[in-house]
Amino acid sequence: MSNITNQSLSEILESIKSKKISSLELTQAYIKNIENAKKLNAFVTTTFDQALENAKKFDNKPNNEQLLSGVPLAVKDLFCTENVKTTAGSNILNNFVPSYESSVTKNLWNNGAFLLGKLNCDEFAMGSSNETSFYGNVINPIGDHLVPGGSSGGSSSALAADLTPATIGTDTGGSIRQPASFTGTVGLKPTYGLCSRWGIVAFASSLDQAGPMTKTVNDCSIMLEAMSGFDEKDSTSINKKKESYSKNLQDNIKGLKIGIPKEYRVDNMPKEIDELWEKGKKILKDLGAQLIDISLPHTKYALPTYYIVAPAEASSNLARYDGVRYGHRSQKGKDLIEMYENTRSEGFGDEVKRRILIGTYVLSSGYYDAYYLKAQKVRQLIKKDFDDSFTKVDAILTPSTPSSAFKIGEKTNDPVSMYLNDIFTVPVNLAGLPALSLPAGLDKQGYPLGLQLIGKALDEQKILNIGYAFEKNCGYKNEIKKWWS
Amino acid sequence: MSLDKEKIKHVAKLARISVDEAKVDSLTKDLNSIFKFIEQLNELNTDKVEPLTSILNQSLRSRKDEISDGKIREKILKNSPKKNEEFFVVPKVVE
Repeated sequence: MSNITNQSLSEILESIKSKKISSLELTQAYIKNIENAKKLNAFVTTTFDQALENAKKFDNKPNNEQLLSGVPLAVKDLFCTENVKTTAGSNILNNFVPSYESSVTKNLWNNGAFLLGKLNCDEFAMGSSNETSFYGNVINPIGDHLVPGGSSGGSSSALAADLTPATIGTDTGGSIRQPASFTGTVGLKPTYGLCSRWGIVAFASSLDQAGPMTKTVNDCSIMLEAMSGFDEKDSTSINKKKESYSKNLQDNIKGLKIGIPKEYRVDNMPKEIDELWEKGKKILKDLGAQLIDISLPHTKYALPTYYIVAPAEASSNLARYDGVRYGHRSQKGKDLIEMYENTRSEGFGDEVKRRILIGTYVLSSGYYDAYYLKAQKVRQLIKKDFDDSFTKVDAILTPSTPSSAFKIGEKTNDPVSMYLNDIFTVPVNLAGLPALSLPAGLDKQGYPLGLQLIGKALDEQKILNIGYAFEKNCGYKNEIKKWWS
Repeated sequence: MSLDKEKIKHVAKLARISVDEAKVDSLTKDLNSIFKFIEQLNELNTDKVEPLTSILNQSLRSRKDEISDGKIREKILKNSPKKNEEFFVVPKVVE
């Protein structure tokens, strides 16, 4: 089975169940791909020996009753993995080896999967291009000069290059959906509280959410089912019955109402994105859905709100990196305070420092009301826009990003232009809603473009179903030449 | 409002990050462009809006106040850059 690795997760699971391939053969095939793909720089750490052991263990005593039986998975290096180095893409955690496992990865392993390696990402998930990682840029398999998106850029690159059958990322302002869109893959940001945040390196706690990145919508439903669920250890985890997203996946979307928000446009947006949106509307309409024009009037204020809320929370969360209990410690400085200052200066990269400074400033005495309180009020307005719209529609269709993958280095000198890439993904995080990015077409350069389906809180099944129907009728297929091996 | 170099050095002090003198200029430029972008929010009148403090429709759960973990000192100390047998070690703080 030479081509097993370019198949979908569900096809691979089928092959394992029917014993067409062993878990060991599958794992060896991925290891070979990873070794041939060093140029992409998608991995920070590999755990091949451990993976091969686990594969053998599975083959000796196969349990095919699980959702992810016998499958090796690489995950974003933001999830703490027991006894496996976890860096968050940062120098400050370069030597950090957790003694515990994140709840989400534990759920994956409890469902029969095992770890293949840890994937590169923007430092502390702060970035839209994977260029802020201490471990270097990740390359998009679509082209050797292109970013894979961010912050889950190692995840999107590895998935599109067949280095893992599926993966997980985290999404604070678009970090799953934008890289999925840039690599022609499927990415879901679940409802805030659906997947546990316990054991995930924290960025902005009221926005962070883990989610699946996969080749197909069906795969996405399997992964979501495996990773989600109530967790006592996360105080914002939602306590509800577990759903069988994969079993309940169906493609009849007749009569569903799809909202089309007029505000999801930006100046100089490539014509192809409008055309793609039109194509998406037509596909859903032809499948019997009803298109309804809606307005989300505060959309343009989502990014400025985000760049107060997220850095404020980050500045608090990242206060823990002090060089005392774990992580890098500077050898310079004559007292404790200087040790802190030098540790943090040496350990954090420029983008992380910028955001800590923004956050510290907006929370500082005398500025709190003008910035942080103001942002919380606007966040309320943004949420209300969605609440109002969802009294009229079942889901909302928008483009995922205002552009296709951009060139490495193109936006690194202008932070605001980098931030603007998340303009269509950020509102969803502020409102805590689920959203699915689907590959939908190519631009004139042949780079993938995505469309986004936004759902009501906890209505993942509906957007997965719409996505499933869309996928069957869209005819998108990722044809990536393996130029790197 | 605009941020000058002195203000930025003060904020860096609050954040316990030492800033390289050579980088202060570019940092000042970047932060000012970000704040110009952020201050679009001032176009909106939010006098009558309640701030959103939680995105969830549930209040935080309470639990019994009982020990569920413990006796993991070794694990906790394992990643420490400097320790003696039972403690984290930091530079001297009391003369």
